[in-house]
Amino acid sequence: MMTFEQFLGLITGILFGFLLQKGRVLRFDKQISALLFKDMTIIKFMISAILVGMVGIYFLKDLGVIKLNHKSMNVGGVIVGAALFGTGWAIMGFCPGTSVGALGEGRIHAFFAVIGMIAGAGIYAELYPFFKITVLSWLDFGRIGFPELLGLNHWIIIVLYWILGISIFIWFEKKGL
Amino acid sequence: MKLKTKDNGWNPYFAGALVGLLAVFSAYATSVILGKTNYLGASTTFVRAAGYIVQFFSPEHVANNEYYLKEKVKIDWQFMLIIGIFIGSLISSLQDKSFKIEKVPPIWEKNFGSSVYKRAVAAFFGGILAMIGARMADGCPSGHGLSGNMQLSVSALMAIFIFFLFGILVANIFYREKEL
Repeated sequence: MMTFEQFLGLITGILFGFLLQKGRVLRFDKQISALLFKDMTIIKFMISAILVGMVGIYFLKDLGVIKLNHKSMNVGGVIVGAALFGTGWAIMGFCPGTSVGALGEGRIHAFFAVIGMIAGAGIYAELYPFFKITVLSWLDFGRIGFPELLGLNHWIIIVLYWILGISIFIWFEKKGL
Repeated sequence: MKLKTKDNGWNPYFAGALVGLLAVFSAYATSVILGKTNYLGASTTFVRAAGYIVQFFSPEHVANNEYYLKEKVKIDWQFMLIIGIFIGSLISSLQDKSFKIEKVPPIWEKNFGSSVYKRAVAAFFGGILAMIGARMADGCPSGHGLSGNMQLSVSALMAIFIFFLFGILVANIFYREKEL
C-alpha cells in the first residue's frame, strides 16, 4: 500500500509539521509580522534550524555517510524567481511548506493558497520551455557551496555563519522583536 | 528567555533547533535506508500535484511535457512529507488547543476587512506568483532557506536574501495598517 520511502517521508513530515506548529511559525500573522519587522519568530526559528543543521550535515558528510545536493546557482533563475516568490509570499502570507501546515491548524484560507500554488506549478510547467531559453539561460555557476567558492574549509565557514546568526539573535532580543 | 511563548507555543529557538536535528536525522535515514540523501523541501510536490490533475484530463499532455518529465509525476518521499506536515500540525494544534478555524487572518482583516472572498482571491493569486517564482529559483524557504543554507549553498543564501528583500518591500506597501 505504501512504500517504505513514502512511509519515511510521512513520518518525517509529521514531526516537521508538529515542530512548525509548536514554533507558531505557520500562521499568516507570524509570516507577515516578520516582513513588517514586528515579530521575528519565523526568522529565529529558521536561523536556529540552519545553524544546528549545518553542523550535523557537514559532520555526516565528513564521515562519508551523506552526500550534499546543492541547488544550482543559476543567476537569472534565483534572482528573478526569488523576487517573484517574495512578492507572492507577502500577498499570500504562507510559503509552500507552511501553507499545508496552516491548513492543518484550521486556517482554512490557506486552502486557496494551496490551490493557487498548484495552479502556479501547472503554469510554470507550461512556460518551462520559454524560461529555459530566457531567464534560466543567462548565467549559471552550477551546484556550488561557499567552501568551494571561497576556497576555505567548511568548518571555518560554519563558525562564521554561527557568529553572524548569534549576532542577529542578540540584536533581536535587545530590540524585543 | 522563556520556554513558552505568550501564545503558548514553544520557544522558537528551541523548536527551530529541533527542526535542524530533524533535518540531519532525515538526511542520515534517507541516505542509509534509501541510498540517496533527501533534504527537506516542499515546492516540487506542487508540480507533481499539478501533474496529477492535468493527467486526469489529458494523460498525453503530461507525458509530453518537458517539465513534468523532468520532475516526474509520482507520490514520492517529499509528497508524503507534505501530507505529513498537515497531519503533524493538526495533531500539535489539537493537543495544545491552538487549533482554530480562521477564515480571515487578523492583520489581513485590519487592512482589507472581513471579506472571505477578498482574502481567498489574494491567497490564490499570491500563490500562483509565489510558486512560479519558487520553481524558477528551484526552491522555497524549505528547500533553499533551510536545506540549502544548511549545506552552505551559494544559491540558498542568495535566494533567502531576495525572498526577504521582496517580501519586506511588498508587505510594507500592501499592509499599511501595521498595528493589530
